[in-house]
Amino acid sequence: MDLKAWLLLLEGAWTTVWISGIAIAIGISAGLLIAIIRRQAIPVIDQLLALYISLARATPLVTLVLFLFLSLPAVGINLDKHVAAILALTLNTAAFNAEIWRSALNNFSRDQHEAAQAIGMTDWVFFRRIMLPQLVTVSLPALVNEMSFLIKGSPAIAIIGLVDLTRVTNRIASVTYDPLYPILGAGLIYMLMIGVLVKAQSLAERHARRLAV
Amino acid sequence: MNEWSIIWQSRDTFISGFLKTLQLFGISALLGLLLGVVLLYLLEGQSNWLRKGLGGFINVMRTVPFLILAYLIYYGLPQGGLRLSADLSGLIALTLYHGAYFSEILRGQRLVIPKGLVEAAQAHGFRHHLVFLRIILPNVFMSSLPLLGNQLIVCLKDTAFLCIITVREVTAAANSVQSTYFIPMKAFLVAILLYWIISLVIEYGIRYLTRFGKQRGFSHV
Repeated sequence: MDLKAWLLLLEGAWTTVWISGIAIAIGISAGLLIAIIRRQAIPVIDQLLALYISLARATPLVTLVLFLFLSLPAVGINLDKHVAAILALTLNTAAFNAEIWRSALNNFSRDQHEAAQAIGMTDWVFFRRIMLPQLVTVSLPALVNEMSFLIKGSPAIAIIGLVDLTRVTNRIASVTYDPLYPILGAGLIYMLMIGVLVKAQSLAERHARRLAV
Repeated sequence: MNEWSIIWQSRDTFISGFLKTLQLFGISALLGLLLGVVLLYLLEGQSNWLRKGLGGFINVMRTVPFLILAYLIYYGLPQGGLRLSADLSGLIALTLYHGAYFSEILRGQRLVIPKGLVEAAQAHGFRHHLVFLRIILPNVFMSSLPLLGNQLIVCLKDTAFLCIITVREVTAAANSVQSTYFIPMKAFLVAILLYWIISLVIEYGIRYLTRFGKQRGFSHV
């Protein structure tokens, strides 16, 4: 493998990183939103969200990407393939994140809310200052785990023609007739990405623990 | 309603794709579970070079996307002179990948099994492999059921990646129907529904097994 092949691999890696990054950022916020809405137990909406989560958890990413990319234009919504890819990854990861947030919300102690009310905090201040930091600390390991699942699922976006880190190995191989080393190289870059993620998590956890004491 | 009748007419494509998905999932789940149990057995005891190697293999599988492994077997191995069909490559990739995950799940539960349980079995004269087979394995297996169920659903979803290496499973079937008649929404809805049904069956199966385990006294709640 020469320098040009490595540069192509890095280009593919960048596509994987930015698309996954946007999907992770939206997915985590959307998951929190869904979890909070589900806490209110609004009759029809709650069942619809439960159905969405159940379906999204069972749908493979490949199928979801194809479904969104091919069927939305048929009903008049034209999507760029990057947008379709981000949408599919987000819909998938938001469902998993919603469950993570929900279990953190369910385990949150009620006394703290009462204490905050007693000293005159508004609900928003309570959520922002008291609840959210604790929710993030509790959910962080599971959220990072879900992020690495998203990155491992991201090769699915190749099926609609995006050249991500996995797909780029085919491109390189079609020139060099040597598929083995590009695939191994791509695997190495994935291991690096997940490794960085896990390292960042342990750093964040140490930071959070220092705050808790 | 016309589009649904097209789907009904092309039901043979869907059925053969569905059966292919079920076949890939069923065989690889069984072999993967077996591989997970074998890895768990091999990892018992003091660390040595074999166990370090196996641990390394499991860690590599856990940090690499499934499709990379499938590519490696389908596109990479022919360079070393070993050419496998797409179906067989997919099956091997699924088994290796999820076998590693299964063994990691089981190992996590193995670590929290009380020491006294194993020591009591040894005191009763159980041999090494019998302790594993009769005491450790049933306990570990029953206590990791929910996690195994999640992993089985991930395994089911990973079969969809195989349509990229030209396996004719249910996503590929939906894709071929939609490209022939241009009915993307309904074709993929049918595929998603089929995946959903399998995952619901897995979920209820795990719930049934958990209840069965409780009756047999496996959970100490």
